[in-house]
Amino acid sequence: MHHTPTLLARYKLRLRRKRLLWRAFRKRLEIKAVSRKTHNIHAQDILVFATVRNEAQRLPYFLDHYRRLGAGHFLIVDNQSEDGTEALLRAAPDVSLWRGTGSYKASRFGMDWLTCLQWRYGHGHWTVTVDADELLIYPDWEKRDLRALTTWLDMRGLPQFGALMLDMYPKGPVAAHAYTPGQTPTDVLQWFDAFGYWAQMQPKMGNLWLQGGARARMFFGDKPQLAPTLNKIPLVRWHRSYVFVNSTHNALPPALNRSYDTDGFEKPSGVLLHTKLLPDAPERARIEKLRAEHFARPDTYNDYYDDLAASPDFWCESSVRYEGWQQLMRLGLMFGGDWHPFDRH
Amino acid sequence: MTVGVVMLVHTALGRAEQAARHWAASGCPVMIHVDKSVSRKVYDGFVKALDDVPHINFSKRYRCEWGTWGIVAATQTASARLLDEFPEVRHVYLASGSCLPLRPVQELIDYLAARPRTDFIESATTADVPWTVGGLDAERFTLRFPFSWRKRRYLFDKYVQLQRKLRIKRSVPGGLVPHMGSQWWCLSRQTLSAILHDPARSDYDRYFRMVWIPDESYFQTLARQYSTNIESRSLTLSKFDYQGKPHIFYDDHLQLLRRSDCFVARKIWPHAHRLYDAFLTDTAGAMSKQEPNPGKIDRVFAKAVERRVRGRAGLYMQSRFPREDWENGVTAAPYSMFQGFAELFEDFEPWLAKATGARVHGHLFAPDRVHFADGQTAMNGALSDSAVLRDYNAKGFLTNLIWNTRGERQCFQFGPTDNQIINWRVAKDPNAQVSVITGAWAVPLFRSNANFIDLRQEAARLQKIESDHLDVLRSTWTKARVRIWTMAEFIEAPMEPLQTILDEIGPSTQRRLAEAPRMVDLTGFGQFLQNLKNQGMHPYLMGDFPVDPGETARKPRTPPRPYVVR
Repeated sequence: MHHTPTLLARYKLRLRRKRLLWRAFRKRLEIKAVSRKTHNIHAQDILVFATVRNEAQRLPYFLDHYRRLGAGHFLIVDNQSEDGTEALLRAAPDVSLWRGTGSYKASRFGMDWLTCLQWRYGHGHWTVTVDADELLIYPDWEKRDLRALTTWLDMRGLPQFGALMLDMYPKGPVAAHAYTPGQTPTDVLQWFDAFGYWAQMQPKMGNLWLQGGARARMFFGDKPQLAPTLNKIPLVRWHRSYVFVNSTHNALPPALNRSYDTDGFEKPSGVLLHTKLLPDAPERARIEKLRAEHFARPDTYNDYYDDLAASPDFWCESSVRYEGWQQLMRLGLMFGGDWHPFDRH
Repeated sequence: MTVGVVMLVHTALGRAEQAARHWAASGCPVMIHVDKSVSRKVYDGFVKALDDVPHINFSKRYRCEWGTWGIVAATQTASARLLDEFPEVRHVYLASGSCLPLRPVQELIDYLAARPRTDFIESATTADVPWTVGGLDAERFTLRFPFSWRKRRYLFDKYVQLQRKLRIKRSVPGGLVPHMGSQWWCLSRQTLSAILHDPARSDYDRYFRMVWIPDESYFQTLARQYSTNIESRSLTLSKFDYQGKPHIFYDDHLQLLRRSDCFVARKIWPHAHRLYDAFLTDTAGAMSKQEPNPGKIDRVFAKAVERRVRGRAGLYMQSRFPREDWENGVTAAPYSMFQGFAELFEDFEPWLAKATGARVHGHLFAPDRVHFADGQTAMNGALSDSAVLRDYNAKGFLTNLIWNTRGERQCFQFGPTDNQIINWRVAKDPNAQVSVITGAWAVPLFRSNANFIDLRQEAARLQKIESDHLDVLRSTWTKARVRIWTMAEFIEAPMEPLQTILDEIGPSTQRRLAEAPRMVDLTGFGQFLQNLKNQGMHPYLMGDFPVDPGETARKPRTPPRPYVVR
């Protein structure tokens, strides 16, 4: 299950990493600065990187959330939004904005663009790489912001911090609710699945492959290999030789993927509260299906889009109402490790 | 008479300034040492900011890299100046910029005034302290450490190895006995000045320059030479994790720190506004005469370390994916796997559920679907009964099931027709209770209405699978509690094994069994086995079944023989 990769395998990964970096370098012309405020970045700042498209609903809370966590600056690529996202981001004093003009899919779902920005601005900083519908929380996040967490990680020489993406959903059909921009998303998305996650190793890059959750339960019971991947590495002390491979699920060099403990202990980790299932989700699914920009083989996911577009009710008898990070720790979805070893059970 | 504070500062100067003002406001002179690596500009700004406070001075700056001599040199210089410039100082308190006084300073002054000759310094011989991390304890004093551990780790390690190989040992000068302890002490003027003015100090200094982490041993060793009254404990509350990294206190530790009744704590997270607000403005205080009581906090931290050592068994997730044999517990709770029982007894599952109160599933690993208890299609709503989903990650399915149902004993049926991939995981799991009646898989064949040729083939296949499984269960790596009977052996006296199994499952079955499960009618089974033999397939896992039913006591005419307990 766990084995040391051969020299050749390691060399292949090195080539792959170089290739991805080179690819990102070529794609640098696809993004144009719309509003660059990067001169405001301080050496100690924690930077947030994201690619967004039509996220005017989620962005106000998103920005607030990460500001509250002590993020110093946001570096965002807007992939041709039409809903006022650009104006919203231009107005923010701590956001630098780029416009991505090429294909989202051809740029590895925006990852090439972000790699450019990370290479240019991220080096030496702690970076958060997330989507607009992902809110990072971790044990005691309300009282210890990311500066505390990253200092702690630095002291232990840990270059990254892993998180489980947790699908949050409302009770009743997804579209039957209302959400006002800026509102706490978990007011609407009050529920989640406490069980039904499964983990396996992917020996090639040494990352964990976690799947399951509400979407897996609803849509992928008969084809589990297609179920959403839930492991992410949102927080990395960036080095310009780093690169994310498949979204932020895995990265190179492989050491970045070791966000889990293999000796029977627990490393600290967080949860990305996934706010995808806000009321606009069915409409977005319809559009995304037509654009076919989202998966490597979009056709395989047609059923998924259709199911989601029908505004399903994710709630079931065993759904659990979200209470906070302590609850997630208790359930074994989030881990304190040595960062927060108390009140664990 | 008062207390003087030596404060070592290297980051978060704003917080250091706050703390220094706090000390000074209570009449404690403060001598601040700022690390040389802080830039001139920042340093000047810091000095200027404290311009308005009398009794705050700045001592000569040294470069203080962790584990090196600089910290001791800085402490020596600063305390010497403090003693010189403030003759009214009777005790010197060594603090850092990230130390936070938890109780009103006046309480500390009173406390020390009542103990004028006492030195508070944690100081123990290397043989007595288990707290060193990284394997260097006595060797700290017998080897040389010219290379930085932080920046020149390779050279550091190589040089240690070299000295070990060459068996180079330094001798400790002047009959000193090396002692170690927390860097943060509070010494009386008498003891401290004796250390600083020792005629042999240059020898000692030369020796300690090459000791590793001398700030934890220099004063700790020398205080033993001069002090008349050592209290071997630090008045500063500081905690270390298992890696030897200091624990940082955040806002959420407010109550914990309050309850400790300690005078000073470190390290405090510089952005812990609530802590600084609470402790630095709280001048009124309760004026308690409370002894510091780090014991309360110790217990909490000890518990934390212990939990870390264990991890949560049976949880495979982000953060925790133990490699095989390092699980520290394969599953979260005890469970039972029954092989052959449901085949041999007609009502085994309901009977077992009634007798034990446990959740009794059918064949969880059956090829068609997951046979959950009571025909449910999902467990806890999220573990579905889809065989595809289960086989996608069968080992994970089992550990998930046990994790998700902790608090309720799980039992399930198993057999050679099921997915065998979990066999090793179950066998290596101390939580597993495995009971096997070998050869009982033949009973359904015997009772089926299939063609004999097919039966023969199927019997051969199942026998092979079960035999392989038995090899696993009998291997030396097996940690599960395994019981194996041949079918013939079992039906000879079934109540005894059943009682043993139930006793093991739980306290809910204290009483003797009142009711036995009903065994299927085995009339003709011996002949069935003989027929298989005649066809060249030798069924041996059942044990010896006589062909002629007349000879056996097991001849169940009517009704099937009831095994009722006396």
